[in-house]
Amino acid sequence: MTVTMSKILGGREGAIGLAVLALLILVILPLSLDLFRLGLVGKYTTYAFVAVSLVLLWGNGGILSLGQGIFFGLGGYLMAMFLKLEASDPISTKIQTTPGIPDFMDWNQLTALPWFWEPFNSLPFTILAILTIPALFAFIIGFAMFKRRVGGVYFAIITQAIALILSILIVGQQGYTGGVNGITDLKTMLGWDIRNDGAKYMLYYVNALLLIGSILLSRYILSSKFGMLLLAMRDKEERVRFSGYDVSNFKIFIFCVSALISAVGGAMFTLQVGFMSPSFVGIVPSIEMVIFAAVGGRMSLIGAVYGTLLVNFGKTMFSETYPELWLFLMGSLFIAVVMFFPNGLAGVWDKYAKRVGFIRRIMEGKGKADNTSADSNTQGAKA
Amino acid sequence: MTYFNRRRFMTGMGALVGALLTAGIMSAPSMAADFPTAKVNTTKLAVTDKTVKVGILHSATGTMAISETGSIQAEKLAIAQINAMGGVLGRKIEVIQEDGASDWPTFAEKSKKLLVNDKVATVFGCWTSASRKAALPVFEKENGLLFYPTFYEGLEQSKNVFYTGQEATQQILAGLDWIAKEKKAKTFYLIGSDYIWPRTSMKIARKHIEQHLGGKVVGEEYIALGDTQFGSVINKIKLKKPDVIYAAVVGGSNVAWFKQLNAAGLNSSKQTMLTISVTEDEVLGIGGENLAGFYSAMKYFQSQKNPSNEKFVAEFKKMWGPKSVIGDVTQAAYLGPWLWKAAVERAGSFDVDKVAAALPGYEFKDAPEGYVKVDANHHLWSKLRIGKWRTDGQADVVFESELIAPDPFPKGYQ
Repeated sequence: MTVTMSKILGGREGAIGLAVLALLILVILPLSLDLFRLGLVGKYTTYAFVAVSLVLLWGNGGILSLGQGIFFGLGGYLMAMFLKLEASDPISTKIQTTPGIPDFMDWNQLTALPWFWEPFNSLPFTILAILTIPALFAFIIGFAMFKRRVGGVYFAIITQAIALILSILIVGQQGYTGGVNGITDLKTMLGWDIRNDGAKYMLYYVNALLLIGSILLSRYILSSKFGMLLLAMRDKEERVRFSGYDVSNFKIFIFCVSALISAVGGAMFTLQVGFMSPSFVGIVPSIEMVIFAAVGGRMSLIGAVYGTLLVNFGKTMFSETYPELWLFLMGSLFIAVVMFFPNGLAGVWDKYAKRVGFIRRIMEGKGKADNTSADSNTQGAKA
Repeated sequence: MTYFNRRRFMTGMGALVGALLTAGIMSAPSMAADFPTAKVNTTKLAVTDKTVKVGILHSATGTMAISETGSIQAEKLAIAQINAMGGVLGRKIEVIQEDGASDWPTFAEKSKKLLVNDKVATVFGCWTSASRKAALPVFEKENGLLFYPTFYEGLEQSKNVFYTGQEATQQILAGLDWIAKEKKAKTFYLIGSDYIWPRTSMKIARKHIEQHLGGKVVGEEYIALGDTQFGSVINKIKLKKPDVIYAAVVGGSNVAWFKQLNAAGLNSSKQTMLTISVTEDEVLGIGGENLAGFYSAMKYFQSQKNPSNEKFVAEFKKMWGPKSVIGDVTQAAYLGPWLWKAAVERAGSFDVDKVAAALPGYEFKDAPEGYVKVDANHHLWSKLRIGKWRTDGQADVVFESELIAPDPFPKGYQ
């Protein structure tokens, strides 16, 4: 039992890293930021789910998906459908031609709720859908591609194409999806107002805990035998196949897990931001999320969270200070990171910070025993 | 009632002229002293004895920047002019500009920042319906004030928003009436980009054509946003030979649409087209030669001849360069700060509720577009004009309607 726990926590160094992250997002940020800024952190941490999923999939599995926005978006839309139905009760929509259906349906001449919207009147169904539909979709994509040994750059391009198709579909079918406006004006969840201050704090903490949970789940996967196989597949896929493993099944599995984690992020996004739109499904957000992971360090689960926070804070700060120049500043930041720190923030940490005496002593601990027990993994998997 | 309003307006104008004349003698703070901050600001807005903060929230970057820049410029011009006149209730306007970055959630985020952190007295901003829909819940929740400049699909009315552009019926009905009469048009081909504004507009247009004009819609097509392939649509148009193409194609698609029409031989000598999505700004990208002879239905054209428009155009070019052009939305954005100023002065307060209550009924007689009036439904009474494009990118105004009441929830058109 203790062995598994220590594995999940990633040894002393991993445990300290996670503790510091938890301290930061659970205590330090809520105490030091006003509610508006904290709301932003809450929004950014929902992107961090996707960055974490990319560390699993890309950093450790070697599978670059440029379509994680698909799953983030699906999760977000599924949650938005539930919230929109609750916001569209007949009384608050009485000026419509057909009261009781979401406003955008009324604008598009729909006179009844489409059948596939019906189940989203139920919260348990919605939660179940968030946990299964994106993963199922990933299974279908994964099955179709990995079984045919489509990989590498082809996989990246196909996921990108699917992200594009999905966003076009959502924009095109605006009577059913809200189109380019998205699903907006979400108010309550089971009568609980998600817009007031108390709810904001509550959702922020739920989100933060789910994120930490996702990191622990990812650590657990990576520290298992499966995690070792994943790394082996990334580096020498043929050898793993010749050793008798069915590589495609492992790939499908990790793709589904990454979809699940992204979808949870998407659902939390909708809850915290109060709407969902196709601008989170397409190519640009999907690539942005890869950038978050790259800045944080694609091998490091915790680095991915910091990367996401840093990039998004940069975006917000630069755009507030220099509304006309900020995109250039962001561009230079990305170029600088890729040129000088190819392993992202985690790489900088490993290379420089750990050389500082006291940090090394804390990380390695006084006893040598701790060090050896934790170090069965290769470098990245535990950070 | 009209008389009373007019008299009140004249008194207002008199006071304005008086203020202008005495601006040199009377210093601004003494005027502000007539309106102590504690009295004019009971809701903790960013109002001091000398200044008042307002927000500008448009896309300065991203795909929408090309359209929204004109609005930013117009709002800044209006604010500079108001400040030169002594500000609002003796307070200089300070602008906090935020970039919506063509990204709808960013609009929501920045609205919240402006209202919650900066406590701005009002915001001039948003352009696309999607950005407004994203920001709207924030304005309603935080009780902010938004002046929205774009012509749009209607179906909305918020106590926190004033819509200075036209809603769909204002832009559509009179234009269709004119073209049906002028060109004896019976058959119409509707084409638009695929999102809420063109779809709603075409729905209204179709009902009007079929029920009131006795015409026929021979085709209705929607093109994905940003799509540039019009080959198949143009072939269908050639086959159906409609009397009029009624178009609401937006953004980058516009350039391809007009160029491919011309390449297919459908120029204005062979085909009549009325568009509701092309202003002087779009013509810059499309090129006047591709557009010459086609019609646009808008409430404002830069070429309008009246003293306040000539002054507006001259000052706009002075501030933003001789090559800048002014489209319909830019002019509507210019109205925002002036309407807000008028409302604050009528209310004698910066408080959002009082300002919002004071504005309906206000008449702005010498707006660049001409007379406008604020309706109780927060939209403007305005005229519709038809412009015929010239090769130099300006339009000749060939028709001007009566003053049209705004009707964001049109009965019989839904």
